[in-house]
Amino acid sequence: MDTILQLVLNGVAVGCIYGLVALGFVLIYKATELVNFAQGDLLMLGAFTCYMFVVWYGVAYWAAFALAIAIVGLFGAALDAAVLRRVIGQPQFAVVMLTIGLGAIFRSFASITWGSEIYTLPTPFSARATRLGGVTVSHEYVSIIVGTIVLCGALYAFFRYTKFGVAMQAASQNQLAAYYMGIPVKRMFSLIWAISAGVAAIAGVLLAPVSLIDINLGFIGLKAFAAAVLGGFGSIPGALVGGITIGLIELFAGAYLPHGFKDVAAYVVLLLVLAVRPQGMFGAVGRKRV
Amino acid sequence: MSLLHVEELAINFGGISALAGVSFDVEPGSVFTIIGPNGAGKTTIFNLLSRIYEPTRGRMIFQGEDVTHVPPHDIARRGIARTFQNIELFEHATVLQNFLLGRHAHKRSRFWEELLFLPRVRALELEHREAVEKVIDFLDLQPYRDSFIVNLPYGVRKVVEMGRALCTQPTLLLLDEPSSGLSVEETEDMAFWIQDIRTLLGITVLMVEHDMSLVSAVSDRVLALNYGRVLAVGSAREVQAHPDVVKAYLGG
Amino acid sequence: MRFVFKTSYGQDLGMFRDGVQRNWYIALLVGLLLLPRVLPDYTVDLSLVFIYGLCGISLMVLAGYTGLVSLGHAAFLGIGAYAHVYFIHDLHLPWIVSVALACVITAAVGVLVGLPALRMTGVYLTIATLAFALIIQEVFARWEHVTGGLKGKPVDKPVLFGVSFAHDVAFYLLCLIFLIGGLWVTLNVLRAPTGRAWVAIRDSEIAAQSLGVNLAVYKTMAFGYSAALMGVAGALFSHKIGFLAPDIFSVLLSIQLLLMVVVGGLGSLHGAVYGAVFVAILPVLISQARDAVPAWGGLDRFVKQPGLEPGLFGLILVLFILFEPLGIYGRWTKIKLYFAMFPLYKRATFRRQKAYMRSERLR
Repeated sequence: MDTILQLVLNGVAVGCIYGLVALGFVLIYKATELVNFAQGDLLMLGAFTCYMFVVWYGVAYWAAFALAIAIVGLFGAALDAAVLRRVIGQPQFAVVMLTIGLGAIFRSFASITWGSEIYTLPTPFSARATRLGGVTVSHEYVSIIVGTIVLCGALYAFFRYTKFGVAMQAASQNQLAAYYMGIPVKRMFSLIWAISAGVAAIAGVLLAPVSLIDINLGFIGLKAFAAAVLGGFGSIPGALVGGITIGLIELFAGAYLPHGFKDVAAYVVLLLVLAVRPQGMFGAVGRKRV
Repeated sequence: MSLLHVEELAINFGGISALAGVSFDVEPGSVFTIIGPNGAGKTTIFNLLSRIYEPTRGRMIFQGEDVTHVPPHDIARRGIARTFQNIELFEHATVLQNFLLGRHAHKRSRFWEELLFLPRVRALELEHREAVEKVIDFLDLQPYRDSFIVNLPYGVRKVVEMGRALCTQPTLLLLDEPSSGLSVEETEDMAFWIQDIRTLLGITVLMVEHDMSLVSAVSDRVLALNYGRVLAVGSAREVQAHPDVVKAYLGG
Repeated sequence: MRFVFKTSYGQDLGMFRDGVQRNWYIALLVGLLLLPRVLPDYTVDLSLVFIYGLCGISLMVLAGYTGLVSLGHAAFLGIGAYAHVYFIHDLHLPWIVSVALACVITAAVGVLVGLPALRMTGVYLTIATLAFALIIQEVFARWEHVTGGLKGKPVDKPVLFGVSFAHDVAFYLLCLIFLIGGLWVTLNVLRAPTGRAWVAIRDSEIAAQSLGVNLAVYKTMAFGYSAALMGVAGALFSHKIGFLAPDIFSVLLSIQLLLMVVVGGLGSLHGAVYGAVFVAILPVLISQARDAVPAWGGLDRFVKQPGLEPGLFGLILVLFILFEPLGIYGRWTKIKLYFAMFPLYKRATFRRQKAYMRSERLR
């Protein structure tokens, strides 16, 4: 029983990370119908930026956290303004390739600026744990779960109750009409990219103590795809639910299935979902009107 | 026996009943027009016939065979071709390639033969080309033969789409708003072509149309539709004078 | 500017636009046959260009002509490579039989992938192929009996009908023959009804169905044909690299293959070949350029960093998509048009109409 609780706790924590990255995907997809294959690499940049402030410049953890979010968020907005705006209206495939290329550039940049080894980020929760009954509750995992809950609550309120959120939905459904209504569509998109990049940065900093920082940290984005698809690509709560589900499946597969299944569990789930129910748990299927 | 027999056709989208039991018959060699306000369900009937949608109830019998549940790609082979309200041409291909695709239902070459481009494949391709050139002559599209669709004006695209449907050598041609977006001259040309299609080519035409002058000029029978129900069936003049139809269009 | 005077329908069916174009290609062939004499040091690199050319044709058929973008084609390359090596080394089958079998097996896997792919559209399909490739990579690592697992598998040079093709020039000619064969067969299919049906699927599935194109059959055929070409390319690839290991067939290789077709120019076989030349030659150019960079304030140390190369690929990809979405072939077409229409060429000839995004999602 204790083992199961342990697996559940760890699975939920890992799943929260997948959910946060998936959240970044879904935010951009809802707004612009682009799939950002560089989301994982933005996570990596966030982790490295925080590391740089803490280890190189001796800034306090929470301040470094805030700085990392701000810098990566601004970078996301700049990316939208400079690069992504030019490809609006092009076929989706071109944009996919563009984001893949951008991801490669980010990785290269990271390896040049910070080096290609593995680094550790010292945090106030590092290597501390509390025992509750038979379960070891690692503080790092708790920080991940709490951070995710806080962030999702904030985003939900933002989209539901502010003008920005509604305007963003309008811009995503019919860009030209949104322009006519006076919505500053370009600024909306940059804002969405800033938020998405900020979410990725938060995920990166939360993940850093658990999985250590290196330039390939971004490949976690591939598993987050499974989370986004499982939850339904246009659904924000779906991203989180999908992420947690994938995290749990992974942990339990690692414990009960033969060696090697843990690594591919997420992808198998992804293929099954796409083959059987492409809209995932909460998404909607579109159909072209003729 | 009628060419197309539609019986109690109905379809629901969520809670909305787009068609609520529509029945009609199309006689071979005639031009049958469906009119009605926007949202009446006219294009929905076409989409059901093309098997893009699945009906909730009802039947469609074409040439004596029940086509209510056949797969969409089977419809062309059976002899039904259609045009689309918002043009669905292959944008990055030429007019000629679009027309040659219209011949796909008559494809007789096999994949392995095509891999080696055997003389038989070449002969079949030349046959297809001859058939397509006949349609190009019929519609006077010679100057546009090698143009890409993206470069063509709207009026020409409408004609190309009809031509592509003609290349399938259909028995029944479904035209969805053939005159929408066309100028007066182009609409007159369209009227002549529809009459020629019926008289010279012997193809039955089932048409959705808003332009009453075109409807009166070419139709043999007219059906008025509103809110998914049939209001009236008859000749163009009878239907236009029918009190329910007048109420649907003018209100009151 | 030359106008082609057409006197028969058969001329439109031909592989070449006219005799002049055919003669240019014959000249190119002669040039390629003589190339090992002129540049003997680069023969090995050029055989890789031909193998990548086959990969490019394969992906161009699937992504460029049928519109099904695959981020997992490295997996098919690996399946072809491992199958071929298993048949040659472990089962001692003759070379031609082994290549044929590898082709068939890879095609079968392609069909299997294509079947569930029928229900996926657009970017979902791309993600699914990515997941498929990651799973296959894991299979390569675990199925040690066939693939040698993480230890890897060494590969000898090919021996056909008792004749060894170990010599560089012999292998170069072998790859060239396969590339020409692949081009010929693909051109045949593309000018036949099947090729047209593939293009129809890319441009409008609904219209294609209304004209009688069975989407399931043709999409699966596209996957199968593309995979078959990759299988053959994989067999040649295994000989070229001499040693198979699972991490060769990674996501990065799939991305490089897609880069090939995007940079070359989507929608034409010329693009596939240009892209192959680009992707195969670029690392060579980069390493040469690196050595040539002078030591200004540490610049030479900067460019010699190992992490720079993938970034450079990414940068080139981004620049092409932003400024030349039609690829190298597109730019070449524009250049030819410029000279053909000189001095009447207008810069706005190819300007894209400003497009606004409109959601096709329904709630």
